[in-house]
Amino acid sequence: MVDPSATAKTHSKASSVVRRRTIALPRVLNNGKATAGIILVLFFVLVGVLAPVLTHISPNVETFLPLQPPNAVHPLGTTGQGQDVWSQFVWGTRASLIVGFAAGALATILAVVIGMVSGFVGGTADEGLQLLTNVFLVIPGLPLIVVVATYFPFESSWPLIVIIALTSWSWGARVLRSQVLGMRELPFVEAARMAGERTSALVFREIMPNMWSLIFSQLLFGIIAAVLTEAGLQFIGLGNINVVSWGSMLYWAENNGALLTGAWWWFIPPGLAIALFGGGLALINYGLDEVTNPRLRAHRRRARKRGRNA
Amino acid sequence: MFYGVALWAALTLNFILPRLMPGNPAEILLARFKGRVNPKAIDAFMVAFGLNQHHTLIQQYGAYLVQLMHGNLGISITYYPEPVIQVLGQALPWTLLLIAMATIISFLIGTLAGIVAAWHRGGVFDSVAPGIFTFTSSFPYFWFALIMLYFLAYKAGWFPIGSAYAGNHGSFALSNWPDLLYHTALPGFTIVVTSIGGWLLSMRNNMITTMGQDYIHMARAKGLARRRIMYQYAARNAILPNMTGFALSIGFIVSGALLTEIVFSYPGLGYTLLQAVQNEDYPLLQGTLLLIAVAVLLANFLVDLLYVRLDPRVRNQ
Repeated sequence: MVDPSATAKTHSKASSVVRRRTIALPRVLNNGKATAGIILVLFFVLVGVLAPVLTHISPNVETFLPLQPPNAVHPLGTTGQGQDVWSQFVWGTRASLIVGFAAGALATILAVVIGMVSGFVGGTADEGLQLLTNVFLVIPGLPLIVVVATYFPFESSWPLIVIIALTSWSWGARVLRSQVLGMRELPFVEAARMAGERTSALVFREIMPNMWSLIFSQLLFGIIAAVLTEAGLQFIGLGNINVVSWGSMLYWAENNGALLTGAWWWFIPPGLAIALFGGGLALINYGLDEVTNPRLRAHRRRARKRGRNA
Repeated sequence: MFYGVALWAALTLNFILPRLMPGNPAEILLARFKGRVNPKAIDAFMVAFGLNQHHTLIQQYGAYLVQLMHGNLGISITYYPEPVIQVLGQALPWTLLLIAMATIISFLIGTLAGIVAAWHRGGVFDSVAPGIFTFTSSFPYFWFALIMLYFLAYKAGWFPIGSAYAGNHGSFALSNWPDLLYHTALPGFTIVVTSIGGWLLSMRNNMITTMGQDYIHMARAKGLARRRIMYQYAARNAILPNMTGFALSIGFIVSGALLTEIVFSYPGLGYTLLQAVQNEDYPLLQGTLLLIAVAVLLANFLVDLLYVRLDPRVRNQ
């Protein structure tokens, strides 16, 4: 049964898999794209965490002169209702990031559990889970969330987080399943199985540690998708628009004609924040891809060397 | 088989959602219709929709499926007494025009740029483009649309502020096309800019993987023309995974396009969805969701067929 060429192949595969797991931080920081991304994301996380320090004005106070352009008292001006845009921005960052991180994490957990179990167990269970994954994959998420949000107005952020996660796990599950499929016959898994480990231990203790970089990349995409979905939902007036977040800022700006009155300081910051935060996450992902994928990396180094010699 | 299950799931979800709503959907509908419709019409409507309370859930479900097969989606509250199917019929062509145009342009340019970037690996274009497009692809669609609307339409006056046609009625008559294109240009442009990055990056990475294959080295060794290796050998194989990605992202593109339509008051499905949400027009809401789900399924199915045409390996199985 043992075919020497086959074992040789799986061995080399296994070693590349192990290499994938060990991403030392210095190597990531060597990559310009990843570093830029980390800085961007850290910036917004800091703004969210330090919200009470960065502003002493409550985002809901409506006592200021409306529609002031940025000035010394109000660094980002005021809204049409006389709220301080900087304070809204700072607190909105916190609210949006909480939804983004929570929904992204929940979606990733779902993807990991469903994808890995489906890939490892095989048989009827796999077929069923795969069907479920594919159905969720093709049913368009945003319109579905819009309908749900219309029927059940959200009182807090939690239902929103759950529904975003429920509609966005499927892509990750599919990717992870195909990875597990390629890994479950490898010698180290086989050895653990022989040693009598339970299936759950095989999946989550033996296989999962080899897929951290993949899972992490799913998490990054999940966070981007969640932030975008939340903003889109609040922009059309659904979700909890009384909570100040990037999306609800855009909703109020749009509905009060910020565009037509030229109040750029009102609608540019929240959108730009989403773009920069999402871009930061995407850059980290892109950089990680270069670090972990030898094909994408080796050439780059050579190209740089060539550039230096020239 | 898969499409059958997906379709069934979409239909069933559409049936269950309003029934999970706190309160009785029949009574809520009744309240919404009150004073606008005569009671007899409401009775007929309830029976037609399986909202009759004397029926079990299973019977309601059966009635719902039968109505669907007849293309009966109910009557819109917003546009009363127009049937939902008619409202959707008017909106659908605009969405198709906008999404089809923007997506095809974005796919073609993005894929081509990905090929070029991978071919000239480490060149100027390859070092600049991926970074830029990583950013544009994480722009919130609707925000970028707002910015474009503000600067190019409102400030500069180069484009119309909204709608899909001049005047009150749009038509697809040949003489109207310049006007239609003029109105579609800016919303289409925003979709292209925000979606092009995905195509570029995935095509670039696929190309790089493909270019390491033995048959590419072989083609090089044979002394084939570079252009021929680039397009006929490498790109042709690298584009297959991109096609799968294309199919899977249709749902995502539709979601973005819906928001873009709302910003531009473009009279497609997204705008209809907003109307339904704002007026609590449940029949219209359900109908829109159903139509979008079916359309996305259909698009996926078509891409699958195309994939079989492009990849002989799948065809022979």
